[in-house]
Amino acid sequence: MGTQTKRGRGHSQRTHLNQFALQIALYGVMSLGAFLFLVPFVWMVSTALKEAGDVMKFPPEWIPQPVLWGNFKEAFTQDYAPFDIFFKNTLIITITAVFGQLLSASLVGFSFARLHWWGRDYLFLIVLGTMMLPYQVTLVPIFVLMKNLGWIDTLLPLIIPFFLGGGAFYIFLFRQFMMTIPWELDDAAKIDGCGTLRLYSRIILPLTGPALATAAIFSFLAHWNDFIGPLIYLNSVSNYTLSLGLRILQGYGGYAIQRWNLLMAASLFVMLPVLLLFFFSQKYFIQGIVTYGVKG
Amino acid sequence: MKMQGYYRPLWTHVRPHIAGWLCASPWIFGFLIFTLGPMIWSIYYSLTEYPLIREPIWVGLENYRVMFLEDKFFYNSLRVTTIYAVVGVPLHLVFGFLLALLLNQKIRFIAFWRTIYFLPSVVSGVAVALLWQWIFNSDFGLANWLLGLLKIDGPSWLLSPVWALPALIIMSLWSVGGSMIIFIAGLQGVPQTLYEAADMDGANAVRRFWHVTVPMVSPVILFNLIIGLVASLQTFTQAFIMTAGGPRQATHFFMLHLYNNAFQWLKMGYASALAWVLFVYILIVTVFVIRSSSMWVFYAGEIKGR
Repeated sequence: MGTQTKRGRGHSQRTHLNQFALQIALYGVMSLGAFLFLVPFVWMVSTALKEAGDVMKFPPEWIPQPVLWGNFKEAFTQDYAPFDIFFKNTLIITITAVFGQLLSASLVGFSFARLHWWGRDYLFLIVLGTMMLPYQVTLVPIFVLMKNLGWIDTLLPLIIPFFLGGGAFYIFLFRQFMMTIPWELDDAAKIDGCGTLRLYSRIILPLTGPALATAAIFSFLAHWNDFIGPLIYLNSVSNYTLSLGLRILQGYGGYAIQRWNLLMAASLFVMLPVLLLFFFSQKYFIQGIVTYGVKG
Repeated sequence: MKMQGYYRPLWTHVRPHIAGWLCASPWIFGFLIFTLGPMIWSIYYSLTEYPLIREPIWVGLENYRVMFLEDKFFYNSLRVTTIYAVVGVPLHLVFGFLLALLLNQKIRFIAFWRTIYFLPSVVSGVAVALLWQWIFNSDFGLANWLLGLLKIDGPSWLLSPVWALPALIIMSLWSVGGSMIIFIAGLQGVPQTLYEAADMDGANAVRRFWHVTVPMVSPVILFNLIIGLVASLQTFTQAFIMTAGGPRQATHFFMLHLYNNAFQWLKMGYASALAWVLFVYILIVTVFVIRSSSMWVFYAGEIKGR
């Protein structure tokens, strides 16, 4: 009913002013928040490019003088921390583990979404159930298993398990997405005499692009940033990943002698691929989080 | 279907089932080798003394007795972890929700703002922990510089038994963008007609918020609450890198205690017992939250059902 919105002329002008003030306040709050969220990054870049002496200045100088790009080189060429090897190891683990995770999770998701078989729905309940299980419960026995296999201080424990199912979250993601693909495609394929594996690889998988992209991103983040896995399984420096390399550079916690400019340069380098990935594929980041959060 | 099958060999019946099992077999093997098997072993180890260099020795419930009656670090780690979760997660929800409300307004450059707030939540791990360790440096850090702008003399953060845990909570709020995104998705799912109806009934903005927005997104609040609690109770990397549990055990998280027992002192049996206690603790918290949710979570679908 229109009777509830009885506003005079003067009234409406005041409402306009209020609206305007509200807008200003809104943008003010948002800018302050944005500043607080971004300033750590700026701080990081600023520190990474400073001379050692300028790092310990208070109040800080935000623009480094001189700008020392050499910090990156210096951070990566300490003989006790061969970052080229850390980078290579991290790359090997990340690429193979992401590949294994996508391959096996999409195949298993396909099985749960598109095939009909005895026990399927019970097993899917178990898949969902394993999402609730914290990894700590299986941490020690899996470590013992890897030890008995002789895989300690190799990259295998950080790669091979991901070829076996790829984790409940990813299976769930693929299943949910594959359920939305029209069934006529399957029927047509079957009439053409297409087998199950060909149905997966030629028909369903090519239509799973967005889910593949989302899963690839989350898998990449998980393996690239993984810390506790490498920490437990890798012993020799020549097998270390970037996460463990940063830990060496940190000097195992000697607080006073830390060279923050080098540490920030190295940390920035480790973060950079993630940031680049984010800027080029923000859509899929959001998709993944929303799938997990709202549909899950 | 059945008539047809009657004349066909058994194989055509069984084939699709075998194909299904085969396609799911990577997960089935993975589940047996890396989940179910280890779970059973973990229960067994938790009842043994197992220093890894020799076979486990059966000790019954000794590990659990030591944990509850003798291990003073155990209660401390439980306390630290609980405070971190109970203070940090509600703050996460409030800030995530407020940001989502802001970004759900009609504002310019919405994608730009969303990117800024979302950005910090995509980075994680050791690099972020190091960044925040430097931010909380008591003499030259960013945190105390910001406080200095407000004429506040900042504490020594990670070196202070009082401020180390709050510092980690503040750090965790930097990644509030993840829950913000989920809240935005939830807010966009609220039917516009509900707001129009509330408007018709003369509801002002505050009432619209409490009687339309909050009930409609309450399932999302529940989800963020559970995910947040479960993740917080497993906190490890930040504490390991930034404080190593100190100062004076102020940030000695449960996972840190578990890690030390397993991989520093090679008490695999005791660490397995700790893992099960953590699991049960997480389970109790989750069940409690879900039980309580019937009082405050509103599912729009339920109205039709009644």
